[in-house]
Amino acid sequence: MSKKINIKKRYLALFLIPGFTLVAIFVISPIIGTFIISFETPSGFGLSNYYSVITQTSPTKALVLLNDMPRPPPWGALIHNLVWTAIHLPTTTFLGLVLAYLLRRVYGRSIVKSIMFIGMVIPMVVGGLIIRFMFDKFIGIVPNLCGLIGLTWLDKSWTSYPDTALLALIIGSVWLWTGFSLTIHAAAIDSLPKTYIEAAKIDGASDWQIFWKIIVPSVRAATLTVIVMTMLWDLKIFDIVYAATKGGPGGASTVLAFVMWLYFALDLDYGKAAAVAVILTLLTLIPAAIYIRQVMKRG
Amino acid sequence: MASLYYRVRRIKLSTVIVNIIVWIIAILWLLPFIGLFMTSVRPYSEVVLKGWWTILGGHYTLNNYIQVLTNPMYDLLRGYMNSLTIAIPSTFIPLILAAMIAYGFSRFSFTAKNLLFILILLIMAVPQQTMVIPMFFMLKTMGLLNKLIGLILVHSSWGIAWIAFFMRNYFNMMPREVEEAARVDGAGWATIFFRIVLPVSLPALASAAAIQFTWVWSDFFFALMFIYSPEKMVITQKIVSIKGQFYVDWGLLSAGSILTMLVPLLVYAALQKYYLRGMVGWASGKG
Repeated sequence: MSKKINIKKRYLALFLIPGFTLVAIFVISPIIGTFIISFETPSGFGLSNYYSVITQTSPTKALVLLNDMPRPPPWGALIHNLVWTAIHLPTTTFLGLVLAYLLRRVYGRSIVKSIMFIGMVIPMVVGGLIIRFMFDKFIGIVPNLCGLIGLTWLDKSWTSYPDTALLALIIGSVWLWTGFSLTIHAAAIDSLPKTYIEAAKIDGASDWQIFWKIIVPSVRAATLTVIVMTMLWDLKIFDIVYAATKGGPGGASTVLAFVMWLYFALDLDYGKAAAVAVILTLLTLIPAAIYIRQVMKRG
Repeated sequence: MASLYYRVRRIKLSTVIVNIIVWIIAILWLLPFIGLFMTSVRPYSEVVLKGWWTILGGHYTLNNYIQVLTNPMYDLLRGYMNSLTIAIPSTFIPLILAAMIAYGFSRFSFTAKNLLFILILLIMAVPQQTMVIPMFFMLKTMGLLNKLIGLILVHSSWGIAWIAFFMRNYFNMMPREVEEAARVDGAGWATIFFRIVLPVSLPALASAAAIQFTWVWSDFFFALMFIYSPEKMVITQKIVSIKGQFYVDWGLLSAGSILTMLVPLLVYAALQKYYLRGMVGWASGKG
């Protein structure tokens, strides 16, 4: 018996070791390394990197505070991430859910689903470029439409002005990411028993009631997944910022990941870059914890 | 009778309204792509004067595509080749290694299992930013910085966690009778895994491969951190560095954008069913 167990153990090792070796060397050790580097300062180990990135006030690198600015934005990068999440998360989650529900009665629903999902398939740098394109004064359709209906102050390249740059990116991210919420919710609604909705209809429930009383509660797990993944995405967001605005103008659309890159690539200040990376990582642990609990519960 | 008739008609009216609303949204969602395409097939000098929405009476040309692919200033073709060189091995290496891990998780029980599983979930959640700085120095020491092989190594290692999670869920749902029968016939674990389990898992492997490939192709951050010579840059790096001589030439930029997203779109179109299944499985942990 014990010999059998030993043989089994040997095979288990064969299955696990190759992959976990790569993960240990190229994923886990650099993750730990980032934490260590973030505490390294010229005067030994300490928290001064954290202190200086958090209290940084220059508009392009500030996380929270800024020099006296007449009228924000820019705010700090962390605030931008939070504003981004506050607008983007509820909008995409809800829009995707409603569309998933409505789609059941739409002709050509699979075409609609595919169209909405394109944003999830294309590289995010291309997504960022398209956002700049859509909000360009000369060839972008949004400023031109705004001009047409009399909103002349919006008839400009949104990504080049501090008051509109972040907003353009957030609107663009709704466009890119709604397909995810739609797809996950549609899969959840499709797996509901048909009799659920039929029975409610026979009882005389309106579509509105069916949506709120039956659909929303029964796809709660899917909604939680969408919320967690969207939060993670909003925290890590980088590519579309880089491609559309490079955090500008004047830091009006910086985000955490972008500030980290600035410290790394422009200042060559690895300690501060690592400190920002750690702050970003700790923030992702909040949605990550929710996600892990959910997965472990399901087994 | 009358009330039934009324009810049927009312339902139909609401269906019509729902259809109109949803399709308006869908067309709005498609509009940026239409605009991008229209801009890419017309001379920019014309688009900037008339707008891409003036479809009639425009001049249509493939000049932007030819320029962006062949002009050494933009050199998108090279980016294409580099991206392919990276994306193909970075799909298959983690696929096989992660499938092995997943099988170990699914069919064996061992002490550190839960701990290792939580570790995998944590890695899935952590952003790329968490590991790039030490990775930069590791690659530098190993002489792999600014080398395609270095980026392949990074992508392969990074992909293992989510694919292992995804495949584990799939293996957990797979019936075990065939494997047990094979074991009774004297087949070893390796034979069972490579000859029976992997072939049966092709749909799940296709899902994971489709998504991993598009993610690697679409990646920008790792490439930005670890590749800096123009001749080694991947397509996503090339596209953001395209600019006109005096101003942003959206003709070139739109053609380049379309070429860049064409590959993931083709993968998605060809493997749509697997792609969506993979996406749902990755997100919600259902195999």
